[in-house]
Amino acid sequence: MKSYFSTIFGSSPIRPLQQHMEKVLECTQELAPLFAAVSDADFAAVAQAQERVARLEDEADALKKELRLRLPNSLFMPVDRRDLLELLRVQDKVANKAKDIAGLILGRQMQIPESMREDFRVFLQRCIDTVAQALQAVREMDELVETGFRGTEVDNVLNMIQQIDVIEKETDTMQVQLRRKLHALEPTLPPVDVMFLYKIIEWTGDLADLAQRVGSRLHLMLAK
Amino acid sequence: MELGTTYLVLAGIFGLFMAWGIGANDVANAMATSVGARVLTIRRAVVIAAVFEFAGAVLAGGEVTATIRSGIVDSSLLADQPELLVFGMLASLLAAGTWLLIASLMGWPVSTTHSIVGAIVGFAVVGLGWHTVKWDEVGTIAVSWVASPLISGVVAYLMFRTVQSLILDRPDPFKNAKRFVPIYIFITGFVMSLMTLLKGLKHVGLDISTVQAYGLSALIGVVLMLIGKFFINRVPYDPDADREFHYASVERVFGVLMLMTACSMAFAHGSNDVANAVGPMAAVISVVHSGGDVSQQSELPSWILLLGGVGIVVGLLMLGKKVIATVGKEITQLTPSRGFACELSAASTVVFASGMGLPISTTHSLVGAVLGVGLARGIAALNLGVIRTIFMSWIVTLPAGGLLAVVFFWLLRLILG
Repeated sequence: MKSYFSTIFGSSPIRPLQQHMEKVLECTQELAPLFAAVSDADFAAVAQAQERVARLEDEADALKKELRLRLPNSLFMPVDRRDLLELLRVQDKVANKAKDIAGLILGRQMQIPESMREDFRVFLQRCIDTVAQALQAVREMDELVETGFRGTEVDNVLNMIQQIDVIEKETDTMQVQLRRKLHALEPTLPPVDVMFLYKIIEWTGDLADLAQRVGSRLHLMLAK
Repeated sequence: MELGTTYLVLAGIFGLFMAWGIGANDVANAMATSVGARVLTIRRAVVIAAVFEFAGAVLAGGEVTATIRSGIVDSSLLADQPELLVFGMLASLLAAGTWLLIASLMGWPVSTTHSIVGAIVGFAVVGLGWHTVKWDEVGTIAVSWVASPLISGVVAYLMFRTVQSLILDRPDPFKNAKRFVPIYIFITGFVMSLMTLLKGLKHVGLDISTVQAYGLSALIGVVLMLIGKFFINRVPYDPDADREFHYASVERVFGVLMLMTACSMAFAHGSNDVANAVGPMAAVISVVHSGGDVSQQSELPSWILLLGGVGIVVGLLMLGKKVIATVGKEITQLTPSRGFACELSAASTVVFASGMGLPISTTHSLVGAVLGVGLARGIAALNLGVIRTIFMSWIVTLPAGGLLAVVFFWLLRLILG
């Protein structure tokens, strides 16, 4: 015997969305040991770290596809379906970017100039922090559903989103300083390496930018 | 009537079968909401359902039973052929029961109410003639089928919006829940007892004036509120659970409220759905007892409702338990703060309809309520496809019940007539 009453409840996309973002953060966090290995010039360790990043990115991808399948058009949600899919897409981009960074580092066996290492480590950590903060906000989705996207909880989430912006701004400043440092070092380094170092700095900064976009997507959901 | 005893026995068997089916299958939707919200264990849900379904059936089931028994077919036109009414009612019970069985096995969405009304109208139109159906009454019933999910939905939406603005969207929802949930408990007790007292209790022999009814209902509301308050004060603030999900403690306060609304839901369901089983039975018994006089509107013997109540409880204990567990597992999204709103609005809609003598679908009212809460952005994902199943119930179950009833009607006439 089957009750059609229970079929009224579709499977909630909230938890899978959060799981995806958790996976994305996990993937991004793997960049820290990867760069530690780069500093030690231990390319076996770099390869291992890159593998982990790639595996986590694959897992995030799988979660993304699964979640998309769970969202038929007949599903009625407190948030717009397109907003939700867009949020998912941006979340996924973070993991993709992390994978790109890891791939480029490994592929070119890149080295970071001694004098930039500490600054870069702090910069990377701050970018990862932005992603972590974005996850914090995404984790509030259950509470947003509980309150019907109204009231105090909305203010809570808005604060969290603002916090993402604050950290992202920090990473922007750090990025400028890193580029300045690299610019000063340009004459001492092989030009191709310099080019790709700029690329790595840019992509790492992109992690924070994308995390911020996760926040603004969430913000859009609150506005409705 | 020469075969009077045979008719009585058949009516008893078919009626009990139908009541059993209602208990086995239908009760689940009413109770599973609370099980899904983890307010009730299966065992407690079964106990509450048994007690309140029975109470609802016996105390407030009279009006709808009267409608099913004599409100749809104009029996005065059958004075010279009382057997036809007996065959028809027996056929209707058999048809509705069979259809429910088939549909449940196939997993189709069906409503007990729609099956039985479809069956009675079907046999009447084909077997007795178009003119024997009280179309204005049937029209009212049909309107109530559209209106009940709508009303229940609107009430649920409004109720949940008050929950949001009074409790959930405030800075300290736990404190506000403790303050306002007792008021919702009062409303639950007040509304449910008022509707029962004003409309349902006539046949039990209790004659209460309107003023008395209001006073008594308010008293019941206050008593329930005090009991509820006692339990609410014992709900601890659980910072560990709240770290994971900030509203965990708040939901526990709503759990106390949902206990009360679960009782209301079972009561409401009993009051409306028992008629589907005992209405036709009552019609047969009345004809046989009066020796074939169809026009005599004897008072409904209360043991008939009792029998229906027993049937429902037996079905519930035998199979309903399992169905409640299954459905409960599938509807965990309905947390107590939403579940109570759904149950309370559906239960009041249903009890109101019971008082008016309108046979409506409890499940449809619940679906309407859930959609209402969904419109208040309260539920993470709703499958709108289910609305189609409601329409299906209207356009498939009615003719199906009718057709089967006609077949059984002819068969019975062939065998017994």
